[in-house]
Amino acid sequence: MNVSIQNRRSFLKKSAAITIAPGVLLYSISQAHHAEKPVKSTTRWGMLIDTNKCVGDCTGCVDACTEEHNLTEDVPVEIKPTWIRKVTLRDKQTGRESSLPIMCQHCENPPCVDVCPTGASFKRDDGIVIVDRHICIGCRYCMMACPYKARSFVHEALENQKPHSPRGKGTVEACNFCVYRIDTGVGPACVEACETEGHQAIIYGDMNDPDSAINQKLKEVSSSVLRPDLKLNPGIRYQGL
Amino acid sequence: MKILTILRKLGLVLSLAIVVSTVSAGETSTLKIPKAKQNFSAEQACVEPTDVMRRQHGLLLKHYRSDTMRHGVRTLEHSLVACINCHVTADEAGNYPTVHQGSEHFCRSCHTYAAVNIDCFQCHTSQPQESFSADMGPVQSD
Ligand code: SF4
Ligand code: SF4
Repeated sequence: MNVSIQNRRSFLKKSAAITIAPGVLLYSISQAHHAEKPVKSTTRWGMLIDTNKCVGDCTGCVDACTEEHNLTEDVPVEIKPTWIRKVTLRDKQTGRESSLPIMCQHCENPPCVDVCPTGASFKRDDGIVIVDRHICIGCRYCMMACPYKARSFVHEALENQKPHSPRGKGTVEACNFCVYRIDTGVGPACVEACETEGHQAIIYGDMNDPDSAINQKLKEVSSSVLRPDLKLNPGIRYQGL
Repeated sequence: MKILTILRKLGLVLSLAIVVSTVSAGETSTLKIPKAKQNFSAEQACVEPTDVMRRQHGLLLKHYRSDTMRHGVRTLEHSLVACINCHVTADEAGNYPTVHQGSEHFCRSCHTYAAVNIDCFQCHTSQPQESFSADMGPVQSD
């Protein structure tokens, strides 16, 4: 089942439900693109990544992220922006290999937010951790604090940014859960790409919503987080590790 | 809307500057501001009355940016993306100017004249993009 479309449908359904007349309904559907209310702390966005379905040599999610946020600048490899990367884990004992994407884990207790001296690194009420680059001073404390190596720094002046994904020199950036897509009822680009590739290894949704696919799946299967010892309670969970 | 009252008060000083520039523009015709693609409504040219927009667009943008970034409110009025989509118009060859290129760009045309440096466009794109339509915002691929 196509999760992003399903979510969008339920979003449309909800907005249709509050309308009173057929004439108003049309209006409300065209407005459904735009989130008019602040996000709520009862929501907790998350992803569940099934490492058994993630295919070793596929880079669909990484490519989609690169395209979506235009992370294409021509810079030396050591300063290339990396919002999401594919990692292969190998069990030394058994030799079993698993492949998984790692992006910002959208921690419930994010160390990157703790250390930020300006309040630029922050967590939205719905659990998405992002950088307010208007007030980021580029000190890079957050990059050092993040145990998942999830953040990148923009070293060079940029051109041709996407309208929905502003980025610029001297600030830190990371996976933002495609927040503008989430706010308008569409799933993250990586999730969509994984579906398009036919692997369906990632599902996303509001983990607090008992009707959401992710909530139900998390109840059903055993999943884990990376470095549970750090007690950061990430929003990104993995199955089959 | 409380913000507008505050904005109106703050705008007094700036409005003087605008009057001066408009007058001298009439004489020297150095200030050419490109016309927007469409009017907001039959009654009103832009999302707020023109005098409010002239004086307060910076503050409106800043207010909206916090609502959007911190709280996920994404309406199109007062959004920088929507401003750019409507206000940045193509030249004769059909190309959109960037803010870094020439005075044909809506934002640049006035800000250069007023000698005000803006750094919005170090991060934000200053050009409209095909995938964005004026009334729908981002066209989502699904
Ligand atoms: S993964 Fe890193 S950048 Fe993301 S919330 Fe956690 S500490 Fe912050
Ligand atoms: S680089 Fe920016 S977001 Fe990171 S800690 Fe410094 S000011 Fe905060």
